Amino acid sequence: MTVMEQRGAYRPSPPPAWQPRTDPAPLLPDAEPYRVLGTDTAAKADPELLRRLYAQVVRGRRYNTQATALTKQGRLAVYPSSTGQEACEVAAALALEERDWLFPSYRDTLAVVARGVDPVETLTLLRGDWHNGYDPHTHHVAPLSTPLATQLPHAVGLAHAARLKGDDVVALAMVGDGGTSEGDFHEALNFAAVWQAPVVFLVQNNGFAISVPLAKQTAAPSLAHKAVGYGMPGRLVDGNDAVAVHEVLADAVRRARAGGGPTLVEAVTYRMEAHTNADDATRYREDDEVEAWRRHDPLQLLERELTARGLLDEAAIDAVRQDAEAMAADLRERMNQDPRLDPMDLFDHVYAEPTAQLREQRALLGTELAAEQDDQEGDPR
Amino acid sequence: MTTVAVKPATMAQALTRAMRDAMAADPAVHVMGEDVGTLGGVFRVTDGLAAEFGEDRCTDTPLAEAGILGAAVGMAMYGLRPVVEMQFDAFAYPAFEQLISHVSRMRNRTRGRMPLPITVRVPYGGGIGGVEHHSDSSEAYYMATPGLHVVTPATVADAYGLLRQAIASDDPVVFLEPKRLYWSKDAWNADHPTEVEPIGRAVVRRPGTSATLITYGPSLPVCMEAAEAARAEGWDLEVVDLRSLVPFDDETVCASVRRTGRAVVVHESTGFGGPGGEIAARITERCFHHLEAPVLRVAGFDLPYPPPMLERHHLPGVDRVLDAVARLQWEAEN
Repeated sequence: MTVMEQRGAYRPSPPPAWQPRTDPAPLLPDAEPYRVLGTDTAAKADPELLRRLYAQVVRGRRYNTQATALTKQGRLAVYPSSTGQEACEVAAALALEERDWLFPSYRDTLAVVARGVDPVETLTLLRGDWHNGYDPHTHHVAPLSTPLATQLPHAVGLAHAARLKGDDVVALAMVGDGGTSEGDFHEALNFAAVWQAPVVFLVQNNGFAISVPLAKQTAAPSLAHKAVGYGMPGRLVDGNDAVAVHEVLADAVRRARAGGGPTLVEAVTYRMEAHTNADDATRYREDDEVEAWRRHDPLQLLERELTARGLLDEAAIDAVRQDAEAMAADLRERMNQDPRLDPMDLFDHVYAEPTAQLREQRALLGTELAAEQDDQEGDPR
Repeated sequence: MTTVAVKPATMAQALTRAMRDAMAADPAVHVMGEDVGTLGGVFRVTDGLAAEFGEDRCTDTPLAEAGILGAAVGMAMYGLRPVVEMQFDAFAYPAFEQLISHVSRMRNRTRGRMPLPITVRVPYGGGIGGVEHHSDSSEAYYMATPGLHVVTPATVADAYGLLRQAIASDDPVVFLEPKRLYWSKDAWNADHPTEVEPIGRAVVRRPGTSATLITYGPSLPVCMEAAEAARAEGWDLEVVDLRSLVPFDDETVCASVRRTGRAVVVHESTGFGGPGGEIAARITERCFHHLEAPVLRVAGFDLPYPPPMLERHHLPGVDRVLDAVARLQWEAEN
């Protein structure tokens, strides 16, 4: 038998039949952001939930204006305002149980405060007296993450660890539209889906990554569509509709807790203020656009619904405003006190036990501080 | 008194045993990385762990180093003790942001409330004929990052002892495994592992009086061989194995240099901006009046790691170490 004859006898066996590993259809987001307020379904919204969301959104807006004012007075080093995004912030905190964990980015101070963390301790990073002010274990809130999207794999790891230990804990991780371009966003979503970790990813698409609009950030049909590539459901929601965001997040949390795996939620919203007090938004966007979003204000949407259903009268509005004012007054008073700084703290938490080198450096700073003290005491003025 | 028959073991076997014993002792210890499960790692250092402890304790992760280390951070936040394997030195770079921005800083950021007991195992260094990206000495990057311990064993006993200590540490440890010593053998009993000095202590591997060779990891056998060869020249060299670059043991290093009056630092990492510069400066600052000659460095050349057919010219060898010793101004003594 020649080689040619052998080749003639060869019949290729087909590879195993190909099929999609996951049916993509149920993972696809809706064509339009999901809305409740202003639609027929709003009537079914729980009055108690509406009141809670409203009170928290009012507090949140007041927190933003107060923190911005404190920044202008030099009391904060910088403040990234979430005005216009309060619905997302508040809904994220309220969608979680106490045992769950929140992984915020630097703009998510409102969610952290709504979770129960002390408003002053929340601002420690932005005041600059330390990099984080609260004990993450008390309210199950990770430190505010400054490097974009890097907190997302932490949320996946924590949720995975909880599941390995048999705890029904869910992690909710927050990120912005710009953060979805980072590699850590991709890696976190991929790990979460492969591990079926109980995580919910909330992307607040507020239109801008500092100055760069979403069109320069992605060519995806929507950010929610990115979920499909990882094999997890993507949900698209109106980020200014607190009831809709809460419903979508609560559904995703329930699903994760029941072992259904992760969900990616894109909340479409708008950053009404500049990136931070140090930014000038007029350089990259038009007032018309801002005005259009002002007419779709998360606070007004809630107020309209509550008023229309007779769930909110003037007295109730006053009570909520007074509560927010009291929070702002307390924040003002405590933030106007100089933080107590001990430079020696710098050396105490680098390692469990300071190294010999750090002990030497600590002693050096101690000597410098003592000399400063002597100079001040010896100064006749 | 009976003596236990001690069979030789390789460094790789001692590392495997360290993880196995740590996992058996503490259910919080989880091994994770690329190919660490079914395959047992590309160097087989995690061999048998998935079979013994299950895939939830020794996990094949997706191929993404930032994701692996980032997930380990979250796991440590929830009370686990992740032991992460980076497959090769140069493949650890995608995890740098997690390592530098979070792993090294979380304890400090949270004033000690959220320590991260993570061990990051990194096979490092050359001499195995690896193609590009498989032979880097990346220790200088890690050393320059406060908040990390940087540890590297050079003996079989240290491989076991230091890895157990690293896993038990409440601080993050970058554990650099000299991959060309993976198959080095020594008499070592897995059931009665030798006690070793704690992380942070250097050890005198060979006492001597003429000069001190200061080294670590893959360069220790080179220095031991050089010290033997130096006897023919009339030099009695002391060899110090650092074992831990962070914390750095100034005490042991300086005590040796004060005795001998001369020092050469030997490592594979590049010389410019490498660990040797820091070590030479520390010695000079502390032992200036005991020095008979400037502290010299024998290091890898300041170039990207060479292709395997040229690497022997790059790696510090016995002759280059002896040449440096010869330049320690011996004439002045005569």
